Amino acid sequence: MKTKLGLSLSLLVLLSLIMSACVAAPPPQVQVVKETVEVIKEVQVPAEPDAKPYEGVEINILTFTGPQIAEPLQRRGPDFAELTGAQVNVVVVPFSDLYQKILTDVATGTDSFDAWVFAPQWMVDFIVPGYVEDLTEKIANDPDLEWDDVAPFFRNFSASYQGSIYTIPLDGDFHMGYYRTDLIDEPPTTWDEYLAIAAEFHGQDLNGDGDPDYGSCISKKRGAQAYWFIYDIAASMIQSQGTSQGTFFDTETMEPLVKNEAFAKALEINMATTEFGPPDELNLDVGDTRSLFTSGRCALSLDWGDIGTLAIDPDTSVVQDKTGAMILPGSTEVLDRETGKLVPCDDETCPYAIDGVNHAPFAAFGGWSGGINAAADDLVKAAAYDFFSYMAQPAQANVDVTIGLTGFNPYRTSQFLNRKGWVEAGMSPQAAADYLGAIEGSLASPNMVLDLRIPQNQRYQQVVLDQAVSQFMAGEITAEEAMEQIYVGWEEITEELDREDQLKAYTGTLGAE
Amino acid sequence: MEQPGLWGRVQRRFEGSANSVFIWPAILMVLFLSIFPLIISLYLAFSRLKFVPGGFEIKFVGLANFRKLLVGTEKNHFLGKTSHPSLLGWLLFVLFVGLLLLFLLRYIRGSEFSIGGLIFRGVIVAVLTLFAWLVIQTLSPGGRPGTMVITWVYVFVGIAIQYTLGLGLALLVTQPLPGRRFFRVVFLLPMMITPVGVAYMFRMMTDTDKGPLQPIWQAMGLGLYSWVTDPWGARSAVMIGDIWQWTPFMFIVLLAALEAQSIEQREAALVDGANRWQILRNITMPQIFPVSLTLVLIRMIEAFKIVDLPNVLTNGGPGTATESLTLHSWISWRTLDIGGSAAIAYSLLLVVTFFGIAYVNILRTRVAE
Repeated sequence: MKTKLGLSLSLLVLLSLIMSACVAAPPPQVQVVKETVEVIKEVQVPAEPDAKPYEGVEINILTFTGPQIAEPLQRRGPDFAELTGAQVNVVVVPFSDLYQKILTDVATGTDSFDAWVFAPQWMVDFIVPGYVEDLTEKIANDPDLEWDDVAPFFRNFSASYQGSIYTIPLDGDFHMGYYRTDLIDEPPTTWDEYLAIAAEFHGQDLNGDGDPDYGSCISKKRGAQAYWFIYDIAASMIQSQGTSQGTFFDTETMEPLVKNEAFAKALEINMATTEFGPPDELNLDVGDTRSLFTSGRCALSLDWGDIGTLAIDPDTSVVQDKTGAMILPGSTEVLDRETGKLVPCDDETCPYAIDGVNHAPFAAFGGWSGGINAAADDLVKAAAYDFFSYMAQPAQANVDVTIGLTGFNPYRTSQFLNRKGWVEAGMSPQAAADYLGAIEGSLASPNMVLDLRIPQNQRYQQVVLDQAVSQFMAGEITAEEAMEQIYVGWEEITEELDREDQLKAYTGTLGAE
Repeated sequence: MEQPGLWGRVQRRFEGSANSVFIWPAILMVLFLSIFPLIISLYLAFSRLKFVPGGFEIKFVGLANFRKLLVGTEKNHFLGKTSHPSLLGWLLFVLFVGLLLLFLLRYIRGSEFSIGGLIFRGVIVAVLTLFAWLVIQTLSPGGRPGTMVITWVYVFVGIAIQYTLGLGLALLVTQPLPGRRFFRVVFLLPMMITPVGVAYMFRMMTDTDKGPLQPIWQAMGLGLYSWVTDPWGARSAVMIGDIWQWTPFMFIVLLAALEAQSIEQREAALVDGANRWQILRNITMPQIFPVSLTLVLIRMIEAFKIVDLPNVLTNGGPGTATESLTLHSWISWRTLDIGGSAAIAYSLLLVVTFFGIAYVNILRTRVAE
């Protein structure tokens, strides 16, 4: 009986529940809300995961014969294609041909290349005729790029010109010194110490293969990238009053600062390093000196950040955990620009000296950066921008800068702060601290030397400077003749392009207006 | 005689001009490919490229580019640095000028003498004397050859060695030696390799530190010597590469010339008791002289354009020691000094044309003799 009653109650409850569920809901109250929406910016709606916004789009990118720089572009291209559908074609030419290849392609309207990864130093030659796309707005609307994380120097010098942004930095370039920590306890702080240490180790067997090795390895090949190294030495004696003082020209007259005791001594020191270098040093490019250092054949070397990461590659390096990095050596004497003579460092002549030594770390080159051809199709330009942004976003960039083969060196603040990535890549904590500390110290230096970035700087450096320095190194001309040759050659270009315009451009890059 | 009708006259007219109609496409093609670039580059040699908003402009600057090369900032690079000649230099100069005057004297005494011809040859002798003076002065101690003289060194020293070696090898394989067919093929191989390939190969071979010949250099005590750091070592390396590549060309043409010469004269000389040297000097050489003349002319025109070897091997270095005129022009071009580059290229064209004319005129009389 009890069971029947319970069953009946349960059925009743269930029935009532079903009944209540089937009863129609009361009609909703309609409220009309009037609202004015103002569109203040274009919002980029992220694509559906499956959609490929650039399906069928091809991006032709020109850069220099690698493997450095081209390698990460080629490696990341297929990943980008997977994400967006855009196919990335990387075309390479030798470094010495890159400038004219880009300019002749765009100037003649051929426009075979939609984007370039090139030297930001040349940017001005591309911006004035309107060949390169202004990326300011795109970067402002691209939170994934984490633009504020890019170190200020690279944002301002490598990417911007007259307040607008034209390139996306993919690499941070700074010249620094390298030394063998298993041989040298105290790295050299002056060029005299550099020579003394080089002399001490020259001719010794440094890698245990039975052959005598070298005290110093510096790239000195003509027509390569060697002409930057003379300024590693010269700048420490020419510039002492801070970045805006400039190293290449007088900021009031645009007169080349090459006919003076400082430049003469720099030539002399550069020549002296040859005595402690490989016999064919005058025919070695940076690739050669890097492999000499990583194969354990050099006690000291000068390079961009590349040796630091190449040294950790177990396949090619025998100097893992034996490679120390240092800020470029400095000088205890600096140039008095009034007299052209060298004077000792004191509080007035060298306000930024460290222990009496004036360091002038040289931001040679400025780091490879991606620029986009303004004449490319809009969709291709958008795809090229997204590709450069993808390459520069921390997820990719933080890995690439730790791989020696990429040629990419750190340029984001977070890359300096977080050393975990470097240790994971194979550096010892000490080596990572050393390496990043040397770059960070250079970047933070108030006396940092900005590379030349004025119209046709390539003629000033890659033609006149390179030729005179290599002729001097080969013994074809004396130091005085070399200085005269650079002076006359630079003056000729300045006169040809208009002294006032060039001076304005020079002081503009230095922030000395 | 019946006059042709209107249609007949038109037909005849068309038939008469048919030949030229057929040849016009070829002429237009030649004009387009040769003359047009020549005119454009001549204009570029008198102008300067400048990038301006919206593109670039080509500004006419007159002789500025040539002035820069001959008396301006590029003078030392192009012509070299002069110095007082040594005693040996003076002797060589006097000897060379003596030979030129002898050539002039022979022309004056010859049967083809004319005032116009004398003026023409006088100009050749004067310009050659100037060139020789430039060579002697820049190669003297304290001087430095410019890209012009370095190119001449490559051309004349290189071709002299190539000709001598080519002739020697050709004479060798005309002898009944075992395996000569095999060597005929082997000697030709270097010519088949691209100049860039040869340059890379010599770059490896001249590397005393890690090249394939490193043990040999070490054994010779040259382990710490670098060919490419020493100016004359680097120039020699470039010339050895060029000689290695182009001797086969000399060899194959001279071999053909040797095999084509008539046998009767040699047999008659042998019967008369002439030795091998006498046969070579008095019979073989005169017979192959016309071929040699053309062969050297072709090689000379080609050799003036040397660029691959110095570019790959040394990038024109150390300093500017191995830089040829073409490389000089190329370096100017790749830095977008288009006007300067065209001026160098035109200077090269003038020099090649001059040497070609001088060479033919000086030696043609000997062929006719």
